[in-house]
Amino acid sequence: MSHPADTSIVVENVTKSFSLRYQRTFKQLTVAKLQGRETNKRFKALDDVSFSVSQGESIGLMGLNGSGKSTLLKLVQGVMRPDSGQVLTRGRISGLIATGAGFHPQLTGRDNIYLNAAVLGMGEQETRRKFDDIVEFADVGEFLDSPVGNYSSGMFARLGFAVAVHVDCDIFLADEVLAVGDQPFKKKCMARMEEIRKSGRTLFYVSHAAGSVRKMCDRVIVLEKGRVGFDGAVDAGIKYVKYDSDEEQNPDEELGADI
Amino acid sequence: MTEAQPVRVVDAPLLPASHDQGLVEVFRRRYLLKLLVRREITARYSGSFLGMLWSYINPLSQFAVYYFVMGVLFNLHEDIPNFPLHMFSAIIVVHFFTETFAAGTRSIMRNKALVRKMAMPREMFPVASMLVSLFHVLPQVVILVIAAVVSGWTPDAVGMMYALLAIAVIMLLGTALALMFSVANVFFRDFGSFVGILTMYVRFGVPMIYPFTMVEERFGRFADYYLLNPIADAVLLFQRAFWVGTSRDVSREEMIVDHMPDGLLMHGMVALGVSAALLVVAQLVFTRLENKIPERLT
Ligand SMILES: Nc1ncnc2c1ncn2[C@@H]1O[C@H](COP(=O)(O)OP(=O)(O)OP(=O)(O)O)[C@@H](O)[C@H]1O
Ligand SMILES: [Mg+2]
Repeated sequence: MSHPADTSIVVENVTKSFSLRYQRTFKQLTVAKLQGRETNKRFKALDDVSFSVSQGESIGLMGLNGSGKSTLLKLVQGVMRPDSGQVLTRGRISGLIATGAGFHPQLTGRDNIYLNAAVLGMGEQETRRKFDDIVEFADVGEFLDSPVGNYSSGMFARLGFAVAVHVDCDIFLADEVLAVGDQPFKKKCMARMEEIRKSGRTLFYVSHAAGSVRKMCDRVIVLEKGRVGFDGAVDAGIKYVKYDSDEEQNPDEELGADI
Repeated sequence: MTEAQPVRVVDAPLLPASHDQGLVEVFRRRYLLKLLVRREITARYSGSFLGMLWSYINPLSQFAVYYFVMGVLFNLHEDIPNFPLHMFSAIIVVHFFTETFAAGTRSIMRNKALVRKMAMPREMFPVASMLVSLFHVLPQVVILVIAAVVSGWTPDAVGMMYALLAIAVIMLLGTALALMFSVANVFFRDFGSFVGILTMYVRFGVPMIYPFTMVEERFGRFADYYLLNPIADAVLLFQRAFWVGTSRDVSREEMIVDHMPDGLLMHGMVALGVSAALLVVAQLVFTRLENKIPERLT
């Protein structure tokens, strides 16, 4: 199957299922088998999901808790593999699936920046060149040389975010990145993501905040129990997501709006 | 949305999202590997007062116990020249192996934050464990060499080559087992406990607290089966390098004839081949199972 040259992400008939529980002991397993109970119940976190994204598009991924958004992002990122179907990507991927993933609590902020950058595919020269920018963005002050285990969760997140946004990537994934940052930092992050978007990178943005999705994205995909429920324009998508509840004001929206 | 966006042309092929895996990729990303190894070394001893000294204390205390029990208490192996050095050179090899095996097996569980959230070849972690263990071999060899020189040993080219061969065997074998067990350990923690038992057998399955001559005496030609164990070969190679030649009374040649098996080099090469083959198998097993790793780590 061929795709246009400006295709950035292709997700084709992707299904991913998980077991409801793992790690049963020998004893539990035997008892369950003897009683004729099911031992391995599976459910589909993603069910036949297909779409494709062109380079430079910015997608808002929405849906209720547990609808499979984070799972989908992990597949695109390459951390997990689909059970069936395929996920194709073009170019380098960076982003924040979880803020500060893989930081080592005993290492200093400085060492963690180097390590995290390397994990995201940056070389030694590149990291050194961008180091000052990263530090300035993270703005953790004199804590740079103390172990990140002592950081507040916000500072932890800032450091992770600072590294991720400085990777020279083609696809940027963001999964609820702004959950812990304070207001000024949120502003800075949104500005930075705006920049990333403007530079023609593909942006995949998971958020429950309609306001920021409206601001950042030019297409919305809504997942419903692992299926694509909606794929199209931003405003229609946001309407779709709030299907049942046409209530007054969504607090999330407010949060997004005042940024 | 409003203003025209610059078009970013990405000059890269459209690839499956999780394409870069495997040991080959680990070596392509040497820089990351280096950082992981360095992190492991600093983190292992951070918050400990003696720090790096522990990497000396551990094998030295093992040595002290064996020496006391074997030499002082049981008064064994008095006919063997320089038996303490015989033991210590074996301890270094065995310790390198067991450390690689044990730490490697735990490595993926220990790094679950990274494994679960970042895309990188997961072979990285067992390999890094092996390199950390290798790093700790160095100070031990320094102690061994000092002790050997004091006893009158001088290095010989063949011996040094054998030492490198021994290290290579353990590197390959240790990585192979660490790969298989690290992924198995994700599914059933039982494997982690199993490693403890295995390493105990390893200690007694190599000529460490007894000399190889004893094996030959007891088992005769079946001693060849004993030499099928790559770790035993590595130990013998290492002893050939650092223990043989430490006696002022018995010449190097005599010690080789008396205490080393015939065709040691051949046995060593076979061990290397077997370990390399095992590594290939381990990579295949790992690739099959690793798909399920991120979702099984909780
Ligand atoms: N490793 C796992 N093992 C078993 N089930 C899992 C695993 N990871 C995710 N799930 C399940 O898959 C479903 C989708 O999870 P996912 O994290 O993708 O949801 P989400 O859309 O990101 O939700 P949220 O809005 O809360 O972030 C959930 O029911 C979750 O319990
Ligand atoms: Mg989520």
